[in-house]
Amino acid sequence: MTTTTDPHPESFRLSMLIYDSRYRSMTIQIVALIGFLLLIGWLISNTAQNLITLGKEPSFGFMTEPAGYDINQRLLDYNSQDSHLRAALIGLLNTLLVAVMGCIAATIIGVVVGVLRLSNNWIVSRLMAVYVEGFRNVPVLLWIVFGMAILIETLPPPKAFRGENPEASMLLGDSVALTNRGFYVPEPLFSRGLGDVHLLGNSSLRFDVSLDLIAVGAVFLASILISGLIGRRANAIQNATGDRPTVWFWRLGVVVLPTVLVLWILGFYLGYPELKGFNFKGGTYMRNSLIALWAALSLYTAAFIAEIVRAGILAVSKGQTEAANALGLRPRRTMSLVILPQALRVIIPPLISNYLNLTKNSSLAIAVGYMDITGTLGGITLNQTGRELETLLMLMLVYLIISLTISGVMNWYNESVKLKER
Amino acid sequence: MTDFSYVRSEMLDEKAPPSSSTGLVGWARQNLFNGVANSVLTVLSLIVIYFILAAILPWIFVPTWNGTSLQNCREILTAAGSVGEHGASGACWGVINERWQQLLFGFYPDAERWRPILAFALLFVAVIPVLFNMISRRMNWVLLLAVLGVGIMTRGGAVALVIGVAFLAAAVYVAFKMFGTSKGDRALEIAEGAKRLPNPLIFSAIFPFIAPWLLWGGSVWVPIGAALGFLIGYGVYRAFVGAIGSLGALILAVIVPIVWWLFLVGSFSSLMDSILPFGLEAVESRKFGGFMLSITIGVVAIACSLPIGIVLALGRQSDLMIVKALCVGFIEFIRGVPLITLLFVASTLLNIFLPPGTNFDIILRVLIMVTLFASAYMAEVIRGGLAALPTGQYEAADALGLDYWKAQRLIIMPQALKISIPGIVSTFIGVFKDTVLVSIIALLDPLGLNNAIRADANWNGIVWELYGFIALIFFVFCFSMSRYSMYLERKLRTDHR
Repeated sequence: MTTTTDPHPESFRLSMLIYDSRYRSMTIQIVALIGFLLLIGWLISNTAQNLITLGKEPSFGFMTEPAGYDINQRLLDYNSQDSHLRAALIGLLNTLLVAVMGCIAATIIGVVVGVLRLSNNWIVSRLMAVYVEGFRNVPVLLWIVFGMAILIETLPPPKAFRGENPEASMLLGDSVALTNRGFYVPEPLFSRGLGDVHLLGNSSLRFDVSLDLIAVGAVFLASILISGLIGRRANAIQNATGDRPTVWFWRLGVVVLPTVLVLWILGFYLGYPELKGFNFKGGTYMRNSLIALWAALSLYTAAFIAEIVRAGILAVSKGQTEAANALGLRPRRTMSLVILPQALRVIIPPLISNYLNLTKNSSLAIAVGYMDITGTLGGITLNQTGRELETLLMLMLVYLIISLTISGVMNWYNESVKLKER
Repeated sequence: MTDFSYVRSEMLDEKAPPSSSTGLVGWARQNLFNGVANSVLTVLSLIVIYFILAAILPWIFVPTWNGTSLQNCREILTAAGSVGEHGASGACWGVINERWQQLLFGFYPDAERWRPILAFALLFVAVIPVLFNMISRRMNWVLLLAVLGVGIMTRGGAVALVIGVAFLAAAVYVAFKMFGTSKGDRALEIAEGAKRLPNPLIFSAIFPFIAPWLLWGGSVWVPIGAALGFLIGYGVYRAFVGAIGSLGALILAVIVPIVWWLFLVGSFSSLMDSILPFGLEAVESRKFGGFMLSITIGVVAIACSLPIGIVLALGRQSDLMIVKALCVGFIEFIRGVPLITLLFVASTLLNIFLPPGTNFDIILRVLIMVTLFASAYMAEVIRGGLAALPTGQYEAADALGLDYWKAQRLIIMPQALKISIPGIVSTFIGVFKDTVLVSIIALLDPLGLNNAIRADANWNGIVWELYGFIALIFFVFCFSMSRYSMYLERKLRTDHR
């Protein structure tokens, strides 16, 4: 018979904090935490001391003072008597505007280029390779200022459109004017419109909501939903009986007809830009800085997206296609049921992180004078008020929120498509 | 019996394939015109290429290399008959001819420009043993001696000439040894690492002290003092490791050099300088500019961010909750904000964070922020490499009884870094491209200089030439780096595909 004795209970010694693995991790963490807190405290005390010396006690009161500068490209109404807060809001909307436009354009261009780069046509795939390598090996800031220079140098000024025999003419049946000040495109208008709703009264965050757009959008969404239901019913019938009823014309009709009807009821028409005096009036005006930024960001990011798409398609092994063919799936269903789901798992995460990069790169707008949030809050507001600490803090916070939102979406997606391993 | 024979008894000679499937025609039919859609695409592409080239080539090849101003260029173009709808059409290369040195060096003094060039050449020699391990040690020493020899000789003067020739002679001697051996011997020597020669990594280790001295100049004793700090730390560790255990010696080896750097280096270098004055003419940071500035920022940021990135990645992977939270917070914060906001911090806020009265160089401030920025991205790249390692590797290291740091150093890191090399290189390319952002906070990188040049009365109105030149140089750098990373990926691939 053996007797086991418990290890002799040791008394605690100070050296165990380091040499005993039970306590060591705790020691390291506490040391790290103390070091970090000391660093932060040191920075804060320095900052406080410096700010008092400079006579700039931190306060966010300046945000409600009149901004006193104009913003030339804006989505909401704004004048120079509005507060810095509203200027920042206008800037934020401009950031989001160029980011969303850029993401859409970059995705379209990137997917097309990525697919064409895999083409077996030698000349097309080489052309696309030249595009990709050319764009991603040159700094995006260079493309942005280059694009701006191209717009200013090559497009005609508005006065070239004047006179009996003008040097320049409008495109697409006199509806689009490309000038070196920017692009004028038709704007949607409603002759029997429902008007706008003014929200939040006179505060800095006030905004108008167009009831017309809401009505059209709601009808459109509802029809898409109904169309989806029809498709699902067709699937159910197919699963039950093996025959698939032909429903595509139903679905098309459900989507198109109600939307057209609503547009007709509201009296939809396009407001064309017209030359009045020295400049164009009417239509939607997109400044050249917006165009240059948009084009440069989309083309630059599209080069990266093209590589991602190419890698994603190449990542699906040929055996998958062959297996799908062996199961008797038709090519279209092979693509939608076998190839795409697997390729998308590879494509989507880097794609979203490229969207994130595009959004962050849109802060380079400041180089061409597009008033995004970096240009308003981090640019003119900072310079006018001299509140570096507060403005930069808010600026970083805004970008951080945008980034964390996007990466949250990405993590959620990754979780949902992860291979379920056991 | 009939003697009909239905079976051919002798082989026919092979026929050549039809001419439509061989040679250029066959290649074109196979790759360009196999099907209607592809033919249409081919024709469309050819038309696009034609129009682009027809627009660009006549514009590029114009005799304006010696133009003295935009006006002068236009005169030259008109005289040469290169006239479009709106008057003279063609590039004005005179601006590049006159300003290319400025675009490369900024306002760095003319007489001192050999220093950044030498530093750049030495950079290559220093990174070669790190990047290409198949080059023999001998080759590396030849390169180093040759670069130093040429660099010193260009200084002019009898002494420099003698020293330079001596270096070159040494290079030739070492090279002669290399070519003197037979092929088999040489392969053996490469494999053996040319044991008789010192390891070229020694030079890679002292290069970080040589390069700043070359670029900023000043007394030679400052970099020597800084380097001494590391030696002191090592010496302290060796001296005390027996007496007070490895942990105490390590702490001491960290504290003593810091004290040395903070309080003693200044007096050491001024003392030595008064005994043995030797140095280069000091150049202020605000004279830095052009691609020299971009490369300086890029190289410093990447070199410093690699170790920081490794530490952050390990912290993020560790089980220590507080350490992990700190690392995740830092990485996500830096990755969540655009670089431009960090540069704004560098230009307006960094001095406020530091003790009152601190005011240091804007380039140094930018270097700090870009390094922090790069290390967050580097940490994520290395974390990817760590995550890609099979768990078996960690378990095997544990099973061998290695402690955490030994396991990292001998098993985990070599593999994780190898996996993440493409990512590291693309981070470097990204950081190098991002250096143009410093033009927004009014540093004179190529883009900032470009604006300065366009503000010159002579060159007012120049657009394409300058942007094209800058874009071309960036393209050459970044493209060759991305090709290098592909080469490295292929070379390091040890699995069999």
